[in-house]
Amino acid sequence: MSTDFTHPSHPSRPDWLWHLGVVAALALWWMLYHQLAPLAEWITGLLPVERHSHTGEAIAFFLYDVPKVMMLLTLIVFVMGVVRSFFSPEKTRALLSGKREGVGNIFSAGLGILTPFCSCSAVPLFIGFVSAGVPLGVTFSFLIAAPMVNEVALVLLFGLVGWQVAATYLAFGLLIAIIAGFVIGKLHLEGWLQDWVRDIHSGASAPTQIEGDGMTMIERYRAGIEAVREIFGKVWLWILLGIAMGALIHGYVPEDFMVKIMGAEAWWSVPAAVLMGIPMYTNAAGVIPIVEALLGKGAALGTVLAFMMSVIALSLPEMIILKQVLTYRLIAVFIGIVGSGILAVGFLFNLIF
Amino acid sequence: MTSVKVYGPGCKRCETTVDVVRDAAAKLGLEVEVEKVTDPKSIAMAGVMSTPGIAIDGTLVHAGGLPDKTKLEGWLSA
Repeated sequence: MSTDFTHPSHPSRPDWLWHLGVVAALALWWMLYHQLAPLAEWITGLLPVERHSHTGEAIAFFLYDVPKVMMLLTLIVFVMGVVRSFFSPEKTRALLSGKREGVGNIFSAGLGILTPFCSCSAVPLFIGFVSAGVPLGVTFSFLIAAPMVNEVALVLLFGLVGWQVAATYLAFGLLIAIIAGFVIGKLHLEGWLQDWVRDIHSGASAPTQIEGDGMTMIERYRAGIEAVREIFGKVWLWILLGIAMGALIHGYVPEDFMVKIMGAEAWWSVPAAVLMGIPMYTNAAGVIPIVEALLGKGAALGTVLAFMMSVIALSLPEMIILKQVLTYRLIAVFIGIVGSGILAVGFLFNLIF
Repeated sequence: MTSVKVYGPGCKRCETTVDVVRDAAAKLGLEVEVEKVTDPKSIAMAGVMSTPGIAIDGTLVHAGGLPDKTKLEGWLSA
């Protein structure tokens, strides 16, 4: 997660012990993960409830889903934490600064997934990119992909809804980031940046810095563990609440409740979902349990995906942060283009599935 | 007197970083002056792209995430 410009060595345990520990933990994870279903059944069996009653179903669902999602999240966040220690905003910027539009947008969206990013550093990152000569459209591809396509969203979609939906989300999230960035680049809106940003753009040279290449493998493991600790601190409550809600809804809300409002028949449901998503601001963990519940009750996949993308990628608070560097006109263009992309995905999905 | 600048827009992690720097300095018995830089323009001009960033006596030593305590003490006493 971090870049340090000096490399003092860590006083640490021998390296082989760390490698051994990581391998052992992975093996343990694998064994435990494959025992989750029987384990959940066994515990439910011990409880004084009828297994096939509403309550029994709900408890079995809860006992299986919670550990499953938590375990998947731990593994993926750890792996991503280690992978991300090889990337840094500085390195990504260096990779992108020579790129032309088109190829640059594809690269940029891909790097958006791999580079550590937090929305509180969106502004310094934006300026850092633009001042180093990364084209505006390429910078936007990065800024759209980084929050939208992230490992927490993908793991939760995979664990709660299925791998097909997760893969689709990944593919179309990237596609929107690439195309929207490309279009913004083609419009040549550099003049619509705030004045002071343009001045940095033309004047100050980008500072050259030493990269965090000096990290040892052990430090990368530590980065992974740190990422798990941090993400869990943020999302565990959301996941528990979401799955608990899902478990209840599975039994008590009529199956076709949402079909009329959010089904594929109602064409206006997609734009409505996008509009509803803009003022909402939550992370992927908060929105996905809702997504799962909506899907389970007959809402159309395209409508639900559009809602989710809109909540994550087009949030009002983020616009307020970006206002420091972009003019209102540029923000409006940004919302228009990304919003159209999300609409297209929503309609396309409702048509196909 | 060592001068430390902590670059960050004011998120929780930046506040924590300031505390961590003060603690480390106290532990080493160093006199430090910690300044928080929250203006996005100044953050960008300092070359910080991921926050919080730390500069000691004008040299950027860290960017992105909480600093490691051992390393921080190393930078401060250097």
